Amino acid sequence: MNSFSYSRARDVAAAVDEVALPERQAKFIAGGTNLLDLMKENVMHPRHLVDITHLELNTIEDTLEGGLRLGALVTNADTAYHEQVDTRYPLLSKAILAGASPQLRNMATNGGNLMQRTRCYYFYDTATPCNKREPGTGCSAIRGFNRIHAILGTSEHCIATHPSDMCVALAALEAKVHVRGPHGDRAIPFADFHRLPGDTPELDNNLQPDELITAIELPPQGFADHHSYLKLRDRTSYAFALVSVAAALELDGDTIREARLALGGVAHKPWRDPEAEALLIGKSATRESFQLAAEKILQGAKGFPYNEFKIELARRAIVRAFEQALTNEK
Amino acid sequence: MATTHYIGQPTSRVDGRAKVTGQAKYAAEFNAPGLLHGVVVSSAIAKGKITHLDANEALQLEGVLQVFSHQNRPDLAWLDLSYKDMTAPGGSPFRPFYDEKILFNQQPVALVVAETFELARYAATLVRVQYESEEPTTSLEANLDDLYTPVSFKLGYQKPKSRGDFKAAFDQATTRIESEYYHGAEHHNPMEMHASTVFYEENGSLTIYDKTQGVLNSQHYVSMVFGLSKKNVRVLSPFVGGAFGSGLRPQYQLFMAVLAALELKRSVKVVLTRQQMFSFGHRPVTMQQVAIGATFDGKLEAIRHAAYSETSTFEDYVENIVNWSGMMYSCPNVEQEYKLVQLDMYTPLDMRSPGAATGVHALECAMDELAYKLNIDPLELRLRNYAEEEPSEEKPFSSKALRECYQQGAERFGWANRNPEPRSTKDGTALIGWGMATGMWDAMQMPTRATATLTSDGKLTVGSATADIGTGTYTIMTQIAAEMLGLPLENVTAQLGDSSLPLAFVEGGSATAASVGTAVTYVCEKIQKKLLKLAQAANNSPFAKAKLKDVTFSEGYLRLRSDATVAVSLTELMQQNSINTLEEKATALPKLLKQSKYARNTHSAVFVEVRVDEALGSILVTRVVSAIAAGRILNPKTARSQILGGVVWGISMALEEDTFMDHTYGRFMNHNLAEYHVAVNADIRDIDVIFVEEQDTIASPIGVKGVGEIGLVGVSAAVANAIFHATGKRVRDLPITLDKLL
Repeated sequence: MNSFSYSRARDVAAAVDEVALPERQAKFIAGGTNLLDLMKENVMHPRHLVDITHLELNTIEDTLEGGLRLGALVTNADTAYHEQVDTRYPLLSKAILAGASPQLRNMATNGGNLMQRTRCYYFYDTATPCNKREPGTGCSAIRGFNRIHAILGTSEHCIATHPSDMCVALAALEAKVHVRGPHGDRAIPFADFHRLPGDTPELDNNLQPDELITAIELPPQGFADHHSYLKLRDRTSYAFALVSVAAALELDGDTIREARLALGGVAHKPWRDPEAEALLIGKSATRESFQLAAEKILQGAKGFPYNEFKIELARRAIVRAFEQALTNEK
Repeated sequence: MATTHYIGQPTSRVDGRAKVTGQAKYAAEFNAPGLLHGVVVSSAIAKGKITHLDANEALQLEGVLQVFSHQNRPDLAWLDLSYKDMTAPGGSPFRPFYDEKILFNQQPVALVVAETFELARYAATLVRVQYESEEPTTSLEANLDDLYTPVSFKLGYQKPKSRGDFKAAFDQATTRIESEYYHGAEHHNPMEMHASTVFYEENGSLTIYDKTQGVLNSQHYVSMVFGLSKKNVRVLSPFVGGAFGSGLRPQYQLFMAVLAALELKRSVKVVLTRQQMFSFGHRPVTMQQVAIGATFDGKLEAIRHAAYSETSTFEDYVENIVNWSGMMYSCPNVEQEYKLVQLDMYTPLDMRSPGAATGVHALECAMDELAYKLNIDPLELRLRNYAEEEPSEEKPFSSKALRECYQQGAERFGWANRNPEPRSTKDGTALIGWGMATGMWDAMQMPTRATATLTSDGKLTVGSATADIGTGTYTIMTQIAAEMLGLPLENVTAQLGDSSLPLAFVEGGSATAASVGTAVTYVCEKIQKKLLKLAQAANNSPFAKAKLKDVTFSEGYLRLRSDATVAVSLTELMQQNSINTLEEKATALPKLLKQSKYARNTHSAVFVEVRVDEALGSILVTRVVSAIAAGRILNPKTARSQILGGVVWGISMALEEDTFMDHTYGRFMNHNLAEYHVAVNADIRDIDVIFVEEQDTIASPIGVKGVGEIGLVGVSAAVANAIFHATGKRVRDLPITLDKLL
């Protein structure tokens, strides 16, 4: 094991202070379901770990605005099975339960879910070049085995995907990420949290190294009546998405009043296109409408030799997810 | 054995409690004071040489004892023969640390030995290795120009055998199909990683706990390579956490742990990582061509089966892929071809049902294609070409209840209700399809020895140097011995996985139950004879004139068959004669002359239902019926588990398993269990197993034919055929992932 030091933070302010010392090359650790693997694989080498598991960020509470605030340290399992989440935001529950395994969901935290890193084979294998792991070494996946890679928002430097299911639902629900840094609190709209690879593929998101996620805020609108999380993968459980779709509708009879659509497994971040959603507003909830939205959100999609199929798969999955959303009235 | 108490009963595993309570110890779980830990450094390239290997930084850490590599390897055996284990294919076996050459990716290049595992693992990251890399050649498809016919000898390998005149018959056939099939590389991925714990004894002898399917094979390898007398090398492997062929050959962690122990004169443990489990052998990528010509009413006239597969640059790995096409159906003209390409990878390795899992897949998919072309029910086509005798050798089968398997399997599945039209059954967004296939494997009995010791307290111990790789060997040995001497199961102890026990072959090929079972039967028979003699020695013994066939052993008593009330307790018998222990050894040799007159095989009929999402291509196998003809079933519970495991693997092989080679690096990239997909619980629904028992004392004296492999053979073809029936799409590449159905 690479040697590292460890400290347990007593409160949020202390945690932020402890991680801020640059010479420490420190990382926060909570569930550790991804970070520990990456350390064992020699992919990440933090010199110091700040254990945040004892911070009081482990509650789920109503917000004044009528939404729900998910503590960063609530486990994925406790979140998915939380009565308020399950009734008001079933899309989120379903997305969480489509990911990982029960054992992992019992350990993994909400904050950590946002911070999990790509599952690109080359990122994980230090014998191969990877711009995300070692900037400037090149992207092996572009000309290599890229079945699980991105079709949207890629760059010549990186075609990795963000592996989370939970984040796809959070993107669709327009959650906010609350963070605390040395200069205080700020809230990051979910769409701005994760990044596209561009020419800095080593950065997964816009959280600063000395900032700590404290909570995820869900707005009041939960789309409990019409939603679907559809995940397509290479086995029925315990596999990352080839394509996943979070679809949500607010209907007035047959007419769509509001629509949300986010894709997983296709980009470096949960993929949304407000224009695709806008196309649906005022339209009837029909296959034709859903096909239009699918075409729009997939505009500019570019496949690689082994993942070309994802474009058509995503197109069909979007239509299916909206169709499922129509019929899941509570 | 007309009536039995134990044989044929669904006895739970005798080692089950030890396993679920953690008492059963595996190779990596043995410890000793001062045990050292070795961590292997694997090469980052597939071809070239090491130009520089610098271990100084690692060696400077306190607690790091040594870093072994080609630079400081002691002199070891130099003949290839010394490195050849009992299951090695032809060629020059890989020698760890032999020189600076890199022959395959993840080749072990150094072993770091330290006081703790954590330290060794950290120090391994500090070993600086520089390479001069050459472009590796790892793609079978891209190198078909380099195909050659292997001349390799390997245990169990049979050269393909053509008969008749395929070309003429094919040209004249009224109905013809020609198809190409492909499957990617697969890795065994047993739950337990390969590990060796070597105890260095004070007198310099070694006691080794090794993950292996054959302790004698590991003992042989260690003694030959390191020039040690076999009496100074004891190999134990009491429990094996799955192997599936990966434990047939001694793997490099054994070499490394022994090397370090001998050099440092300390006990050493080496455990491979999951990633390293992808570094020493796999089911090889294979391209197959099958052409079948038939008469208009479905009589096979001509079969051609060719397989092109991969091997390493140093050994010719061979398996029986195409042979099955000459054995399964009655057909006068058969042409077979089997060729290899040498690539920059480790030698492939037998993996459950080697050759048959893939060769029968291609043949049975082709048969389905032919059935559709002929407009004949796939099952009916097989019945019309039923081989009453084995056609390649023209010998009768020792037994073959395949027809009964077809009949019982079809009935249980409801095959008669099948609408043959593809895409004819829908349920919502799903297309439902039914497919079937035949399976076939060998029934083998290997020479095996066993011991038995009966003590005067009525406890019996039987032993043989075989393995229980999770299959239930302990249990069937116990059942047979308990049956033979009429003792309660709890009074019988089975011993195995110890090179100090009498000879048994490597556990493989589904031969263990027949081989070890017969040896245990024989040795218990010897004990029976001794007991009868003791009984006869008494004054006025009621057994005086009895022969062995006139007596029975039950509930701890020796009894007259004609009058069960005439009985003597075994314990009393021994105590009266002041005998504390009765000990016997027996050798069970297959009756080769008798066996050679027959073909000896197991058979199966597999029926599968799939649900395929019409728009999204996702596939779920909802129902499987597997009807098995494998002679006598010693234990329907453990045998059923074997078949269930085979069916699960067949589903996994059909839909999921694939190790991706990046040909630029010559490296398998999805080398972990998150990205190498094996079927999980959610993939598996109803599996129904039928055993059609056969009376067959030719295959083995105890009537057993073995069930380890047959459960897998044919399953992937039945799945692929069901997918065709559901969707009308014939996918000829495995695995059948959803993108192939879009």
